[in-house]
Amino acid sequence: AVMRGVPQLLSRARLVRAGFSASEPVLAVQAGILQPDKFTQTFVQIRGLKSSKVIYQAPLTAVDIADSGKQLKQELEAIVGPGNVSSGESVVLQHGQDEGPHPGKSPDIVVFPSSTGEVSEVCKICTRHNVPIIPYGTGTGLEGGISAVEGGVCVNVSKNMNKILQIHQEDFSAVVQPGISREMLNQEMRADGLWFPVDPGADASVCGMCATGASGTNAVRYGTMKENCLNLEVVLADGRIIHTAGIGSRPKKSSAGYNLTSLFLGSEGTLGIITSATICLHAIPESVAAAVVGFPTVQNAVDTVVMTLQCSVPMARMELLDEVQMKACNEYSGLSYPETPHLFLEFHGSESEVESQTETVRDIAADNEGGEFQWAVQQEDRTKLWTARHRAYYADIALRPGCRSLTTDVCVPVSALPDLVTATKADIAENGLIGPMVGHVGDGNFHTMLLFDPADPEEFRKCKEVANKMARSAIALGGTCTGEHGVGQGKMALLEEQFGKDGIDVMRQIKGALDPQQLMNPGKVFSRN
Amino acid sequence: MALKVLVGCKRVIDYAVKIRIKPDKLGVVTEGVKHSMNPFDEIAVEEAVRMKEAKLVNEIIVVSCGPAQAMETIRTALAMGADRGIHVEIPLGQMDTFQPLHVSKVLAKLAEKEKVDIVMLGKLAIDDDANQTAQMTASLLDWPQGVFASKIDKTDAGLEIIREVDGGLETIRTTLPAVLSADLRLNEPRYATLPNIMKAKKKKVVKMKPADLGVDMAPRIQVVSVEDPPVREAGQTVSDVDDLVAKLKDKGFSSA
Repeated sequence: AVMRGVPQLLSRARLVRAGFSASEPVLAVQAGILQPDKFTQTFVQIRGLKSSKVIYQAPLTAVDIADSGKQLKQELEAIVGPGNVSSGESVVLQHGQDEGPHPGKSPDIVVFPSSTGEVSEVCKICTRHNVPIIPYGTGTGLEGGISAVEGGVCVNVSKNMNKILQIHQEDFSAVVQPGISREMLNQEMRADGLWFPVDPGADASVCGMCATGASGTNAVRYGTMKENCLNLEVVLADGRIIHTAGIGSRPKKSSAGYNLTSLFLGSEGTLGIITSATICLHAIPESVAAAVVGFPTVQNAVDTVVMTLQCSVPMARMELLDEVQMKACNEYSGLSYPETPHLFLEFHGSESEVESQTETVRDIAADNEGGEFQWAVQQEDRTKLWTARHRAYYADIALRPGCRSLTTDVCVPVSALPDLVTATKADIAENGLIGPMVGHVGDGNFHTMLLFDPADPEEFRKCKEVANKMARSAIALGGTCTGEHGVGQGKMALLEEQFGKDGIDVMRQIKGALDPQQLMNPGKVFSRN
Repeated sequence: MALKVLVGCKRVIDYAVKIRIKPDKLGVVTEGVKHSMNPFDEIAVEEAVRMKEAKLVNEIIVVSCGPAQAMETIRTALAMGADRGIHVEIPLGQMDTFQPLHVSKVLAKLAEKEKVDIVMLGKLAIDDDANQTAQMTASLLDWPQGVFASKIDKTDAGLEIIREVDGGLETIRTTLPAVLSADLRLNEPRYATLPNIMKAKKKKVVKMKPADLGVDMAPRIQVVSVEDPPVREAGQTVSDVDDLVAKLKDKGFSSA
């Protein structure tokens, strides 16, 4: 496509959404041609070429197209300040790439607003210019959720909006801005006996965790983001600011109105920008014990988990590491565990509760061919015991220096776990891949780190195939194609499979109602039609 | 046989806070800024509590010198497992001239008064980085000192202490009573839990003034100025290796 007289910023976005394909030759002319009628019609004249294509767009201000890109930047600078708008190469590059294996696309401009009001104005400007909006927290996602597939403006809400707005100790709740991460919040509260337990592994933004519906190792006892979020302040594409549970509301329960909090939790930036979250806090447990035990097979380990849950032992963490993962951990951290599936466990409660829980689980493990049951209470000893689990990801990358990992994420009913794990391991072996496995077994959720050489597209293709097969099996077993990482770009087809056409159409209708111009994080979760 | 421990805790600006210099350049802004217990003191308290859990110690007295807010620090130590507290009140206006020598004199007097066997401190405070109090307290009491401790064990004769020094680890033995200071790797402190925070409210805290202990508060050190480190200058982009080498030569980093 040859595009002259039209700034790249707007032409790519505008022409794509107007239906032009990238290979279509287009010459567009400047100024003087824009007399849009009230509703949406704009006519681009093709100089020297015959074309009858008419583009329907959102209302334009009567402005010279050539200046539109510059105009957009100026309008944004007027809101957030010139120091908080950047289209520098390294800045946009950083804001288009998350920590997953998919190469991300850079946005055209990054803005750093300092308040919800500024976010609202930024959205209004982008709406007027018909430019995509991509919310950005800490960039620690794994599914390409921040990739600016249609270009646009990336709104980094964590750099300047990083206050803990309120902590309500007696009510066990806190209100935080997007720049606050889980670790920052817990450090702030450490002397007050409170903590925020949802731990996705990365030091993610709490609001980002709301956007992806994040979970973590503690979910079996404390729940995921969905169970720990009371209210969200959200800015919609048109700049409206709403509070999903009511303005300033933070009761433990409510029957008032539609459950908008649930709607925005896990919407991955496709419905609005989360500018503050009211989250639930929990009491730091009086006593914590950690334990590690090995099993001959995954089935033994999962049986132990199922029986433990059936005995109502309130486990805080139950993690399964398969033998490939244990080998990686041994090599990386200099440990000497037997190379068999292991369970890593954590118990929370009063001293006597923890003791009795540990005893119960020790017995169940022994009944299921469990090996040596190592356990610890002291902080440093627990840290040492869990080293293998904490460093699992790095241990995997070290198995093949220079490789990257396609991290899968499926969740099934716990009873279906052993079969799926066995089938997956067979599939990985058949394809000649290395895929260590770590699972939040208490939730039926597991991850395989499929290693690939970034310079070998065939290997990456095999990894994708294995991942897709796993997701499809999970759906067939009554599970979900993504337990905690989100859909992003890579799992859009799987979502259709999981929900069926009608289910996805309802999602499309909701998006159409809240984001008619399709500006919020395009190209994610589900396709336009 | 069970020992009595006096643990010193200081209330300092929280380590995560961005420090700002006061306009008069004589100190840093403390008003409205988050404060918490000096991290090395947390480690000291934790060690005392572990010794009590191992039945080596039967009483932990925590002491803090400072304004009214020092009570929060004392309560945190009580929530971690100390038995009772002493708050040596220093009015807010006098905090600028309250220096390690004064603290040492206070601790020495209290150690004698309470007849303790161990004075346990953090190796330094993260606001002044002085690393003097433990050493001066030991000197005033004429007690042995085990500072920068990364491991403390009880022996028949007294204590065996492993210290972190520049060259590695040094193991020393001391008799009791002794003054110890905690280094980073001594332990990982526990978090105060809600039930313990509630119990701590009922534990006794006695208030007193330095004058009650006969300590003269006149400063020996005058702070002349406090300044920010120099602002980081923009870097220079070099076009190729020859350019880099030429620049290194210009700045005197290469003699070739």
